[in-house]
Amino acid sequence: MNAYPQILFKNRRPGETVLLAEYEKSGGYQGLRAALQMTPREVCELVKGSGLRGRGGAGFPTGIKWSFFPAEQPGDKYLVCNGDEMEPGTYKDRQLLLADPHQLVEGMAIAAYALQTGIGYIFLRYAYEDCSQRVERAIEEALAAGYLGKNILGSGFDVELHVHRSAGRYILGEETSLLNGLEGRRPNPRSKPPFPAQRGLFGRPTNVNNVETLATVPHILTNGQLWFHELALNPESAGTKLFGLSGHLNRTECFELPLGITLREVVEDFGGGVRGGKKFKACLPGGASTPYLTAEHMDLMMDFAPLEEVKSRLGTAGVTVFDENTCMLAVTRNLNQFFARESCGWCTPCRDGLATISWLLDRLEFGQGTEADLAMLKDQVRNIKGRSFCALAEGAMGPVEALLRLFEDEIIDHIKRGGCPFSKRSG
Amino acid sequence: MTELLPQEQIDSFKARAAAIAHPHELIVDLLRAIQAHYGWVPDDGVLLTAATLGVLPIEVEEVATFYDKIFRRTVGRRVIHVCDSICCWSIGAEMILAHLQQSLGIGLGETTADGAFTLLPTCCLGACGDAPAMMIGLTTHGRLTPEKIDETLQRERAAIAAEVAK
Repeated sequence: MNAYPQILFKNRRPGETVLLAEYEKSGGYQGLRAALQMTPREVCELVKGSGLRGRGGAGFPTGIKWSFFPAEQPGDKYLVCNGDEMEPGTYKDRQLLLADPHQLVEGMAIAAYALQTGIGYIFLRYAYEDCSQRVERAIEEALAAGYLGKNILGSGFDVELHVHRSAGRYILGEETSLLNGLEGRRPNPRSKPPFPAQRGLFGRPTNVNNVETLATVPHILTNGQLWFHELALNPESAGTKLFGLSGHLNRTECFELPLGITLREVVEDFGGGVRGGKKFKACLPGGASTPYLTAEHMDLMMDFAPLEEVKSRLGTAGVTVFDENTCMLAVTRNLNQFFARESCGWCTPCRDGLATISWLLDRLEFGQGTEADLAMLKDQVRNIKGRSFCALAEGAMGPVEALLRLFEDEIIDHIKRGGCPFSKRSG
Repeated sequence: MTELLPQEQIDSFKARAAAIAHPHELIVDLLRAIQAHYGWVPDDGVLLTAATLGVLPIEVEEVATFYDKIFRRTVGRRVIHVCDSICCWSIGAEMILAHLQQSLGIGLGETTADGAFTLLPTCCLGACGDAPAMMIGLTTHGRLTPEKIDETLQRERAAIAAEVAK
């Protein structure tokens, strides 16, 4: 295994959480000190120039998002950290918060200064009580040390951070649904526009970023744009990324790796290869909504643009691997059941469309499917895409479309045999 | 009958609600507090939340019924959430679920006759590297095997017996 620079995970030790003293010793809160010497606009420009793209799945350039934010507008404005992390295959933010939570606190203090948002909320999912406790302790330590609270580090700027513990449901990861959740309203998504930057939490300008994105910011402030660019193996890209490995690999752990690393190196070196000596069949490169990659993509760079070129997405970089004995129709069926169950029910394409797709995939997987079902499946995908209220159903179509594009022969095989050709499903 | 929430906690929520501009933002916190104390959220819990925060009962109910981790029906002393999403599924979640159902003698959505356990499916728990996984209460248990499940259930049963004896 190549030893790559560790930034977010440099202090990580199994079963331990870094406290303030150790964090400071390793250079912690130097990024905040540097930021407070600059103007808020300069901090935004620095992050923009670093090439940092959102780590929560969509990959939107962070600095550009920040530059749209009306930082000069008077009145309440909010900074929100999205720690809902509920896309199957994604567990990186949890590793980060368990290991070294001050990075998020510092990142939020810097972002709050850059965007002139005095109040920040950290939204954490129900299952992450372990993270909530560690983040709350980090906030207390930072308050006592003057990194949070009134007049932070004598700058005249105030920051307060709150932890919100949620109560389930994948849809809360959608930013407008999350804002309704924070407000204590029923968390169906909101219509966009207006975007949160104009009218977000409590109707006020709000900036939402992912945990890993915010935790990366202090390091950019401390070490600079060039350093951040050079971390990536892809010269077009910038930074490291947390990759959470799962599925049929020998080593299913979370690694911090440079963007642009090949899928082969991720699977074979870090994942230790496919378990049981079996062949690699396919993977989800970045969570349940990202279209499959297959063995032909092994030498592709794991990065935003290269994966888009092959009709997939880097997503959250939660890589779930399937071996040669896996039925991809069964995989897609499981993924679609997840999306169908987690649909909030607000719009018809998602509520009824995903249920119909589940019904069709059941029929096909269990041998009752016909050519007409296959045609109807394609029709459903066409009718759901671009017609749902938010991105949930759009994301759900990722693996279904990839199944039709890459594994249609397997579906036809199911129809011909009247059952699943994979004698024993991987479950 | 056990109270829904100790009075000092109700007073504390009242004070917090009075101090902020948007008391609705405490609905989830208060529902979770009632659930932590009482086990689940009965109709009276919805009404208590509304009265404490000064919001409408329907505004509480529409929030309560949205979340899968707010229980609007009785549950056992321990709720077991078994992950059935892709990573756990790919390495044996169906077998894990079958073992749990067999050991507990109940199906999904059911509670054991002694009121100890409720078994529910859940989407991804964020423990994909430690699949297959389940959550009991707020604690995640990963890399499950039938043996590990049996040990865990036994520990929980002993803990429940101690709680009941108190």
